[in-house]
Amino acid sequence: MTQGEKRKLWVGLAFISPWLAGFLVFTVFPVCASMFFSFCDYDVLTKPVWVGTLNYRDMFTDSVFWKSLYNTLYYTMFSLPLGLVIALIIAVLLNQKLHGRSLFRAVYFLPSLIPVVASAMVWLWLLNGNFGILNHMLEWFHIKGPQWITDEKWTKPSLILMSIWGCGNTMVIYLAALQDVPRALYESAEIDGAGAWVKFYHVTVPMISPVIYFNLIMGIIGSLQVFAQAYIMFGGGGPNRSVLFYVMYLYQCAFDYHQMGYASAMAWILFLIILFLTWVATRSTRQLIHYGGE
Amino acid sequence: MRFLQRLLIYALLALGAITCLIPLLWMISTGLKPIEQTMSMPPTWIPYRSYVQKDGVLTEIQPADVDKYPAAQIVRKTAPRWENFKNAILAMRMFGTYLQNTLILCVLTVIGAVSSSALAAYGFSRIDWRGRDKMFLVCLATMMVPFPVVMVPVYCLFRWLGWIGTLKPLWVGSFFAGAFNVFLLRQFFMTIPKDLSEAARIDGCSEFRIFWQIILPLCRPALMVVALFQFMYTWNDFLGPLIFLTKQEDYTLALGLQFFQSQHGGTEWHYLMAASTLVALPIIVLFFFTQKTFIEGISMTGIKG
Repeated sequence: MTQGEKRKLWVGLAFISPWLAGFLVFTVFPVCASMFFSFCDYDVLTKPVWVGTLNYRDMFTDSVFWKSLYNTLYYTMFSLPLGLVIALIIAVLLNQKLHGRSLFRAVYFLPSLIPVVASAMVWLWLLNGNFGILNHMLEWFHIKGPQWITDEKWTKPSLILMSIWGCGNTMVIYLAALQDVPRALYESAEIDGAGAWVKFYHVTVPMISPVIYFNLIMGIIGSLQVFAQAYIMFGGGGPNRSVLFYVMYLYQCAFDYHQMGYASAMAWILFLIILFLTWVATRSTRQLIHYGGE
Repeated sequence: MRFLQRLLIYALLALGAITCLIPLLWMISTGLKPIEQTMSMPPTWIPYRSYVQKDGVLTEIQPADVDKYPAAQIVRKTAPRWENFKNAILAMRMFGTYLQNTLILCVLTVIGAVSSSALAAYGFSRIDWRGRDKMFLVCLATMMVPFPVVMVPVYCLFRWLGWIGTLKPLWVGSFFAGAFNVFLLRQFFMTIPKDLSEAARIDGCSEFRIFWQIILPLCRPALMVVALFQFMYTWNDFLGPLIFLTKQEDYTLALGLQFFQSQHGGTEWHYLMAASTLVALPIIVLFFFTQKTFIEGISMTGIKG
C-alpha cells in the first residue's frame, strides 16, 4: 500500500467507526453469545451451564413450540400474499391520471403510520363481538359476525385482516416503481394492440419485478417476526394459544420463564427458517425477475 | 365505455379509502362519546346529548336515564365529549411523564441516528479505501439478523451495565449507525458528483470539512428522511420499551397506553380510544406536514431492491 492508500484507509475507517463499533457490540458479540447460550441452561441470575444440544432437542417435543410455529406460518401464508396482491392492485389503480390521486395515496398510507399500540387498541374495539362496528356492518348483509377476539377459530383471521389494513407502506414502494416504468413501453404495446390486462402482465409486472421481490423478502422477514400487535391484543396468546406467535413464545421463554438458553435456541431456529424461506423465494423467482440494466 | 371504466376505478378506490378510514374514524368517534353511547346498538357514529321538554324548557337528561322517557319526546343534539381527552389523560395517571420520556428518546435517537449514519455512509461512499465495498456488504448483511437472535445477549449486556430500568438501552444504540439508515444515506451520497470532493481536496480541504461543509448541506432531504423515520420508529416502538423498561415512571407513551389498557381494558373504551387518538395524532400531523419527504423516503427504500 502506498502512503496515500494507507491514509485513505484510516480516514475511511474513522468515518465508519460508529458503525464498526456498533457492529462489534450489537451484532458480532450478541450473535456469538446467543450461539453459546443456545447450548446452555441460562437464567440470567446464575452462570450459564453447558447442556449441549438439549435446548434444540427439547424444542422437538415441546408442543407449544410447534403450535407457535404453526400459528406463525399460517399467519404468514395468508397475510403476506394477500398484502402483496392488494397493495399491488391499489398501486396500479393509483398509477393513473386521476383526480385526487395524492389524497388517495395519503389515505391508503395512513393506517401503516398509526403506532402499533394505538392500532391494536382500535382493532380490539372494532372486532369486539358484541359492540364492534365490524359485526354491525356484517349485519347489514344479514351475516351474524363471529366473536373475533374470543373464538379461537377467528383470532388469526382478525390479525390477518388487520395486517392487510396496514399494507400502505408496501403500496407506496410499488407506486414508486410503477412511476419509473417508461411510458414508451406501454405505447409500443398499445400499437401492437395490447389490452389493459396484457399490458399489466407483460409490461408492468416484469418491469417492477425487482420491487415485488424486495417486498416479498421484506414481507417474509417481517411477518415471521410478528409480535407487537398480537402481544398487545392477546397478551398470553389468545384463546387456546391460537395466536401465540413464534416471537411471542420466544419472549415468554426469555422474560417470563427466564429460560434464556431455550429462547436463544429458538431464535436461531427462527433465523434458519427465515434464511431458508428467503432462499426458496429467491430460487423460485430468479427466472421471473427482470433487471432493467441487463 | 372509457367513462364507465373510470367510474369503476373511482368507485373501487373510494371503497378502499373508506375501509382504510373507518377504523380511525371509529377511534375518534368512540373517543368523543360518553360510555353509554360506546355500547349502544345500533352503534352511534356521532356523539350526542339527549334532551326532553320539561315545563316548556329543554332539559338535558343523563345518558343513563334515557330509557325513562318515551323515545318520541327525546331530542338529540350533536355533542362531542372533548372532556374525554382530559379524563383519559388523568386516568392514565402519568401521561405527562410518558410523553416526556417519549420525547426525550425521540430527540436523542434522532440526533444519534442522523449523526452516526451520516458519518458511516460518508465513509462507505465518498472515500475510496481498500475493502470498502466488502465491508459494506457485511453492513447490509447485518440487516438479515433478526432481532430475537441478538435480543437475549443485548439484554444481558445492558443488565451487566446496570441499565435495565433506565432509558439508556433505548437510545444509546442509535449512536452506532444502523445498517438501514447507512444504506439509505449512502444511496443519496453516491449521486453527488465525485469532482466536487476532488476539487475541494486539491484546495487542501480536510475530509471532515468536505463532509461537513459540502456533502451534508447537499443531502438535507436524505437526512430529513432518516430523522423522520427514526422519530417514527422511536415513537411507535413497543418491543424495546417492553423489554428494557421496568419502572412505570420510565414508560414511553406506547408502553403506557398498553399498561393502561391491561388495567382498564374491556370497559372504558371511550377513554382508551381517546388515549389512542392522542398517541396516534402527533404522527398523523407530522405526516401531513412532511408528506413529500415521507413518500420519497419510502420509495427510496425499495428502489435498489
